[in-house]
Amino acid sequence: MNAVAARVGGIGWTHPRTIGIVGIVLGALAFWLALPPLASRTAALPVAIGILAVAAGIWTFSRDERRVGGGAIAAGLLGIAFGVLATRSSSTHLDQVVVWSALGAATLRYATPLIYAAIGGLFCERSGVINVALEGMLLTGAFFGIWGAIWAQSWAGGAAWLVGVGSAALAGMVLATVHAIWAIHLKVDQIISGFALNFLALGITGYLFIDKYGDTGTPGDVPGIPDVHIHFLQNWYFVGPIIGQLNLMIWLSFVLLVGTYILVFRTPFGLRLRAVGEHPRAADTVGISVYKVRYVAVIASGAIAAMGGAYLSIGFVHSFNEGMTNGTGFIGLAALVFGKWRPFPTWGATLLFGFSSALADRLPNAYGNQWGTLFQALPYLLTLVAVAGVIGRSIGPAAAGRPYEKQ
Amino acid sequence: MTDELSAEEAIEPPPPPDGIPQPQQHFRSRFGGLKGAIAPLLTTILAFFMGGLVVLLTGKNPLRVYKAVWDGTGLNWFVHVGHHSARVPFGTAHMWFPWDTASIAAQNLQQTLLVTTPIILTGLAVAFAFRCGMFNIGGQGQYFAGTIFAVWLGSSFNGMAPWLHVLLCLAVGTVAGAVWAGIAGILKATVGAHEVISTIMLNWIAIWVGSYLFGQGGPLQNSAQKSIPISNDIFDGAKLPVFWGLKLLQGLSIGIFIALAMLIVYWIVINRTTLGFEVRAVGFNPEAARYGGVSVARNYFLAMAISGAFAGLAGAVDITGWEYRIGQNDIQLGGSSGIGFIGLAAALLGRNTTLGVGFASLLFGALINGTSGRQLDPSIFRPDLAGNLTTIIQGLVILFVGLNLGGVWVWLKRRRGA
Repeated sequence: MNAVAARVGGIGWTHPRTIGIVGIVLGALAFWLALPPLASRTAALPVAIGILAVAAGIWTFSRDERRVGGGAIAAGLLGIAFGVLATRSSSTHLDQVVVWSALGAATLRYATPLIYAAIGGLFCERSGVINVALEGMLLTGAFFGIWGAIWAQSWAGGAAWLVGVGSAALAGMVLATVHAIWAIHLKVDQIISGFALNFLALGITGYLFIDKYGDTGTPGDVPGIPDVHIHFLQNWYFVGPIIGQLNLMIWLSFVLLVGTYILVFRTPFGLRLRAVGEHPRAADTVGISVYKVRYVAVIASGAIAAMGGAYLSIGFVHSFNEGMTNGTGFIGLAALVFGKWRPFPTWGATLLFGFSSALADRLPNAYGNQWGTLFQALPYLLTLVAVAGVIGRSIGPAAAGRPYEKQ
Repeated sequence: MTDELSAEEAIEPPPPPDGIPQPQQHFRSRFGGLKGAIAPLLTTILAFFMGGLVVLLTGKNPLRVYKAVWDGTGLNWFVHVGHHSARVPFGTAHMWFPWDTASIAAQNLQQTLLVTTPIILTGLAVAFAFRCGMFNIGGQGQYFAGTIFAVWLGSSFNGMAPWLHVLLCLAVGTVAGAVWAGIAGILKATVGAHEVISTIMLNWIAIWVGSYLFGQGGPLQNSAQKSIPISNDIFDGAKLPVFWGLKLLQGLSIGIFIALAMLIVYWIVINRTTLGFEVRAVGFNPEAARYGGVSVARNYFLAMAISGAFAGLAGAVDITGWEYRIGQNDIQLGGSSGIGFIGLAAALLGRNTTLGVGFASLLFGALINGTSGRQLDPSIFRPDLAGNLTTIIQGLVILFVGLNLGGVWVWLKRRRGA
């Protein structure tokens, strides 16, 4: 806490960083003003505020705060573009699409599988093992989650979803164990084994799905993960509709997030994990078992990502289909890269990507299918920009992708 | 801190750069020639064996399933020399002309080769980047870039001279793939962005942009049927000639010769040109190449762009060769197990060599075609199950091919001999 206070205290109000952040906020404001409930009908307002944001960004950028400055310039330009677009469109259409409380709730729903995938990836990659198999782990979790829940329906009753989540986590761990053995002991290229696992997960879940539920699909009365009703919250303005009734797994993801932050950055295990990912030889020299830490991290990543998959099948859509994740795992990976392998920025990235999915979901209500479809590309585009280093480069753990050779 | 690091690097060789599968490159030099085929063969046998176990576990006879798949591939056409018999009045006549071109097997083989064609090209795409030490995961996106432009140009310019039209489609598709991969190449060369992450992102951008273009209300969607998310058909002038089988029955186009020619081009460029030498030098050791006066950044970009050109050509050949149109559905499905990813499997199994990629592509092409709903007898095995079995086998092949099974085998033999 002291560190935070010192950092905040050390930054004056004219510090470039502060101005840059103000610029980013202004950029968002430019867009927001053009949307309901205010819904400014003149394009001049978003343009003016957006230009202010760009100016603040340039000022910051020229004072060597490139990340924040670049962010403010981008936010300002996007604010102008989207703001002007919004003022051009009819207000009934805007009202149909932009229902903030519904968007907020949908954002959380879409972001949840991403955050599980990204946190899973965070453990794995922080330990120095690249994980492109997140997609497969999610898919495995989705299938075995619903399979476990259906299997337990007759004897576990209301707690069948627990069996579902448990079997999802187990299946994810099995898949991750293969990745761990291949990456750590057999020293196979981690990207190759990751992609192999994606194929395997797709094939195995598809095969079992057709074999078990092929003709009719998964049954309609699958026991789902319960929602958490907070009754006193539900009537509150704006907040109520968003968090008054959320799925248990969403709340659990918040716990997971904070827990991950504490575990990775505030405990000896976390220090070891990061050391193994940055400089395994140094870690080995001081007596940390590189292999052990990596095994734990990779297997944990499988369990966590698979729980996200279980949320997808028995918490969100209540069914399973072949290849139903359709890139969700890769968006999770993108969020991890975009958030620079840190828990809270990664969470922010999943919320941003979840928001874009939620918006893509609602756009067809007023503007036709095609714009919603195009919007789905946004997370990937943003991540590409992030790795390109335009807005502060994303650099992963130094030893990621390299097998460690004991001496 | 920097002093410690440099001291350490002075003692031990520098760590291998990201994304280079070192053991494989050593493998070829150590067990070159025919022995190099041992590991891929063992891998394939192992993968089919384990796939058979999956079939067995779900209560089917794997041998019968594999026999049915084999019959569907049309590869039995090669075995049918002198065995072809036909019904004539008053009995059966044995016809001894070899390799009957009108048989069922011939038709099946045409389909297998149609699928093999783009796999060869996307396989070469992965292989070329591999030789430069890069992992081009974006074959699928580059394939779609080629597809999109080939469909767009093919369904425009009605009445253009046919040979010019088809050449235009192929050329622009190739360039589109090169540009799409070139983005990843430039990012790698200038800011060092890891090509795996950037190509994954480019894949999904291509998938969603394609879904937008051909989806309902999209700019390239079918102009006659506004409710179907599919492109316009390309004009006849933009179609590659069919040289074997009937055009109506989706016969084999000359695209397969384009793919075979590209295999030769790949061999020549890699082994007989300065560009290929530089690319391989960078792939073996970028630091050493830099000391030797090779521009690493330039070769990263060039290798990626050429790699993308192969994949883009694959998309264009598919469109002009037999698909003639593309649906939003095809694009969405490509995200997880499309041709680009199968090319990845083919390149890995073929160890990035010319012959290896060719044969591995034929294997995967045959497997995909043999398990497709069109070829497989549903009374023996459900085609949708078989399609997933194909995916499992592909996964197993990729999983085991990196293991260097052949190396393990040779090592065991030597130990037993000693």
